[in-house]
Amino acid sequence: MTTILIVDDSKLARIVVSKAIAGLQPDWEKIEAGSADEALERLANAEVDVVILDYNMPGRSGLDLAEALRAERPEMPIALATANVQDEVIARARAANVTFVAKPINEDGLRGFLSGAALQLRSAAR
Amino acid sequence: MTGDALHLAELEHDALTELVNIGVSRAASSLRGMVGRQVHLSVPSVEVVSRMVASALIRERETGPLVAVRQEFQGAFNGQALLIFPEQNSLELVRSVTGDALPPDQVQDLEQEALAETGNVVLNSCLATMANMLQRPLEMSLPEVIRGEGARFFQAAGEGDDGGVVLFLYINFAISDRDIRGYIAMLMDLPSLAALKELIAEFIARVMGDDAE
Repeated sequence: MTTILIVDDSKLARIVVSKAIAGLQPDWEKIEAGSADEALERLANAEVDVVILDYNMPGRSGLDLAEALRAERPEMPIALATANVQDEVIARARAANVTFVAKPINEDGLRGFLSGAALQLRSAAR
Repeated sequence: MTGDALHLAELEHDALTELVNIGVSRAASSLRGMVGRQVHLSVPSVEVVSRMVASALIRERETGPLVAVRQEFQGAFNGQALLIFPEQNSLELVRSVTGDALPPDQVQDLEQEALAETGNVVLNSCLATMANMLQRPLEMSLPEVIRGEGARFFQAAGEGDDGGVVLFLYINFAISDRDIRGYIAMLMDLPSLAALKELIAEFIARVMGDDAE
C-alpha cells in the first residue's frame, strides 16, 4: 500500500489534488495536512511514501518543508505544487530534488510525477 | 439579500483565496521576468470590508505617499485591480524594470510609462489566470497611474451606492536585493461580489464533481 501526503492550506486545493490522485493511482491511500507543522505531525504518525506540497502557505512554506524532508528522506518522491514559476523557486526545488508541478493541478499535470514515484517505490521494494 | 452576498461560505472563501493565490503567483512570475530578481509573496488575504477599512489596512502599513497602477475589469463581475507601492519605491522599480542602464534623468522621464507597463503585466496575468479558472472572460481597461493618499485609491470610480462595502483582496510582495515592496489589491462592489460568488460555486462544483472533465 502506497500512502501519499497532500499538504495545502486550501481545503479546495487538497480536494482537487486528491481527486487527481484518485484518477491516476486509485489504490493509493491519501492523507492530508493544512500546514507544514501539521504535515510533520502526520509524517511522525504514519508511514508516508510520497508527499505533494503547496508552496505558499501561512507559516513555513512548502519549499522549506521540502528541504527539511529531503534531509531526512533522501529517496522519498516529493512534489512542489505552485503557479509561482520563478527561476529561483524552480532552482531551489531542483536543488532539493523536488519535482515541480504547475497549479492549477489536474490529472495531466500530476501524471508524470505520480508514475515516476510509483516506479521508484516499486524498484526500491525489490 | 445583501447579507447573503456578503457572506462567503468557508469553502467559497477558501476557493477564492486559492484562485487569488494562483493568479498572484503567476503575476509574481511575470514581475520576476521584468525585474530579473525573485519576487516574494505573502499569503493572500480576502475580506469583505468597507472602502474605509480597505484603505486603513494599507495605511496602517504605509504612512508615506503611495503610487498605484489601476485597471478596471469588466465581465461577469466588475471591479478594479491595483498594484500599489510607496512613492519612494517608484523610481527604484523603474530602474529595476529598465535594467539600471538608464541615466537618472531618463529614468524620471520613463517613470510613468514604466509604472503603467509594469502594472499592466502584473495585473493582467493575475486577472487573466482568475478569468481562465472561472471560465469567464474579463475585459481590462488601460492602466492608469495614480498618486496620493491610499484612501483615494479605494474611492468608487462612479457612484458609490453600495454602502461602501467591497470585496478586498490583497497580498504584499517584496523584491529581492531591492528596497521595493508593494501590494496587489482587488476591489469589487456588492453586485459583482454576488456574481463572483455564483462563479465560485460553479468552479467548486467543476473541480469537485466526479463526472467533471
